[in-house]
Amino acid sequence: MIHAKQVEEALHQVKDPEIDTVSIVDLGMVENVTVDHAHIIVKLLPTFMGCPALEIIKNNVEATLTQSIKGIEKISVQFLYSPPWTSSRITERGMKQLKAFGIAPPPKQMDATGEWHVDCPYCQSTYTTMDNLFGPTACRSILYCHTCKNPFEAMKPVSTI
Amino acid sequence: MMTIEELHTNPAYQDALVDLLYQLADDDFIVAYRGSEWLGLAPHIEEDVAFSSISQDTMGHATMLYELLESIGEGDANALAHARKADERKNAILLEMVNGSGTYLQEPKYDWAFAVVRHYCYTLAKTIKMKSLQQSSFEPLAQLAVKINMELHYHLLHWKTWFTQLMKIPGESQERMVAAWDRVMKDMKGVLALGSYEEDLVKYNVMTNETQLMHSWMQEMQSLISNYHLPIEVRLKMNSGNGRLGEHSKDLEDALNTLSSVYRIDPTAAW
Repeated sequence: MIHAKQVEEALHQVKDPEIDTVSIVDLGMVENVTVDHAHIIVKLLPTFMGCPALEIIKNNVEATLTQSIKGIEKISVQFLYSPPWTSSRITERGMKQLKAFGIAPPPKQMDATGEWHVDCPYCQSTYTTMDNLFGPTACRSILYCHTCKNPFEAMKPVSTI
Repeated sequence: MMTIEELHTNPAYQDALVDLLYQLADDDFIVAYRGSEWLGLAPHIEEDVAFSSISQDTMGHATMLYELLESIGEGDANALAHARKADERKNAILLEMVNGSGTYLQEPKYDWAFAVVRHYCYTLAKTIKMKSLQQSSFEPLAQLAVKINMELHYHLLHWKTWFTQLMKIPGESQERMVAAWDRVMKDMKGVLALGSYEEDLVKYNVMTNETQLMHSWMQEMQSLISNYHLPIEVRLKMNSGNGRLGEHSKDLEDALNTLSSVYRIDPTAAW
C-alpha cells in the first residue's frame, strides 16, 4: 500500500534542474498528490508556462518516485495552470535555500505600479538596481548590487493582482 | 459556465470558440517564431536573453492553446502547430511579416524599431484580450487567461520600456520608430479583429466584442502617448487583408516552410 505522504516525502528529493538547493515542493510547484492503488498522480503548477525545464522536472519526478517507492505500477505527472502558481507559494525554507544559491527570493510586495525591490543576496545591501527584467529563465531577473559590485539574480514576484 | 464535456450540446458555441482559440494560438505561435529569429541579433546581450525568454514563454502560451484545441477534438497539438497550411491559419497578418530583409542565416538586416513597435502593440492587445477572457463563459479558457495575464505583465513592462525610450530619443531613433509605428498602424486593426464568429462569441459570453477591444486598446495607447508626449497618432487600419479569415501573405508560407522543416522529416517522432 502506497501512501500519498510517502510520495510527498520523496518529492522533496526532486530539485529545480537549475537550482539544485531547492526542491519542487519548497518552490510551491506541487499542488496535489493522489494514489489510486499502485497508480500515482502528481499535479504540478509550472512557474511560467514557457518554462523549458518542465519536461526535465517531469522525468525527474518519475525517476525519483520509481527509485524511492516500491510497487508502483504507473506514475502520471500533470501540469495544471489553475490555480496559477504565485511566488507566495514558495515556503520559508525555499526562500532561504534560494538565497543560499545566490538568488534573491521574490519580494512579498509589489507597489501599485508593479515595481518591486530586493536586497542583495550576498551582502544584504539595499543599494541594488534592475539590470534585466528577464534573466536566464522567464521566472528570474538580473540585478546589480552597487555595494558589493556583484550581479545577482532574483526570482520574479508573480501574483494574481 | 461551459466545460469541455458540455461543448457538444451547443455546436454554434463550439464553432465560435474553436475559431477564437485558433486565432489566439496562431497569433502567439507566429509572433513567438518571429521573435525567436532575433536570437543572437538583438541590440545587446541583455536584450538577447530577455527577448528569447519572452518568445519562449509566448510559445508556451501557444502550446497551451493548441493543447486546449486538442482536448476539444481538433487533433494532435503538434500537428496543429506545424502541419496546418497557411490558408488554414487564423493569425493576424501583421504578426507574420518578416523582421526585415535577408534571412536568419543570410544577411539578416532586421529592423529593431519594427520589432519593438510590433511586439509592444501586440502585447498590449493580448493583455486586453486576456483581461476580457478571464470573464469568459468557457471555463478552461478563463483559467488559462488568468495564468497568461500574470506572465504577460512582464512582457508588457519590457516592451513599454523600449517603446517609450526609443520614441523619445530625437534623431535616427525617433525617425525609425515613427516609421515603424506608421507601418504597424496599417495592419494593427487585424490584430484586434475577431473574425466571422464575433457575434456568437459575444452572444455566448466567450469574450467581449471587437469594438470594445479596439476602444480599450486605443484608450491605453492614447494615455501612453499623452503621458510621454510621443509624436504619433493612433489610426487603426487593416490594409494587407484579414488573417482571421485565412488571408495571408507569402511571408507566412515561407515561415511555415522553415519552422516545420524538422517536424516534416518525421512527424511521428517524440521530441
